[in-house]
Amino acid sequence: MIKARVTVTLKNGVLDPQGKAIGGALSTLGFSGVDSVRQGKVFDLELSGSDKAKAESELTAMCEKLLANTVIEDYTVAIT
Amino acid sequence: MKSAIIQLPGLNRDRDMIAALTKISGKAPQTVWQTETELPDVDLIVIPGGFSYGDYLRCGAIAARMPVMAAVAEKARQGVLVMGVCNGFQVLLEMGLLPGALMRNASLKFVCREVKLEVTNANTAFTRGYQPGQIIRCPVAHHDGNYFAEPETLKRIEGEGQVVFRYAEGTNPNGSIDDIAGIISESGNVLGLMPHPENLIEAAHGGDDGRPLFEGLLGKAA
Repeated sequence: MIKARVTVTLKNGVLDPQGKAIGGALSTLGFSGVDSVRQGKVFDLELSGSDKAKAESELTAMCEKLLANTVIEDYTVAIT
Repeated sequence: MKSAIIQLPGLNRDRDMIAALTKISGKAPQTVWQTETELPDVDLIVIPGGFSYGDYLRCGAIAARMPVMAAVAEKARQGVLVMGVCNGFQVLLEMGLLPGALMRNASLKFVCREVKLEVTNANTAFTRGYQPGQIIRCPVAHHDGNYFAEPETLKRIEGEGQVVFRYAEGTNPNGSIDDIAGIISESGNVLGLMPHPENLIEAAHGGDDGRPLFEGLLGKAA
């Protein structure tokens, strides 16, 4: 079995009102010096088989086809 | 005019759309479930509003990958009129039939209210019932209607007249870039819009500013 983590984040330049609100809440809690918060998503996947190269190309296809909206999001794939 | 409505779990504005199309065209639309792989021979396909798949992952993302959507895309390629309202607009963007993306409202709040829309392009199959520049009333109800497109894309759609509805008179409810409320494909047969024209078609709704959209379609595809 292969374990993988896909991280999806907003592209630079795309406004993130949720991240902004979270940043505001952090400063309300007294965490000063938080210059920016960007919210993203993490997907943990378990894949059958042991071919890591094949898994990586499949994961990339999954990101392109569903997990990320590449109009507004970037993604990274990490096989653990 | 023959029409079809796509149905998916979590949509809740399909009945309103069926009622509007039935009242205005005199003919009930056919309903098509998400698992169908073929669509009936119709003049108009509508993806209505709601919360398909609970807005999981991204609004419209999972709906856009359902089998019926490949058939919708094929019909769109053939030139059949396709309209996505609210969640339907989000689905069309996720399918790549329209450019850009819809993000969480800038206020982070769900907005359910009436806005003013300017008909910025009245020279389309969907807007021919309006005058160019006409300001109309229209209800909105959404959490993710904040339209975004990269500067290059934005410049292109603005230049090509693909922005057909814009929030007017300071009523932008969601932070959409350039006050964009609805856009049309380059080919002119695929429309996506966040507001709900189907909810303002008769006196009982408190107005009928949405009606010319449907009447214009009838003129085109009767």
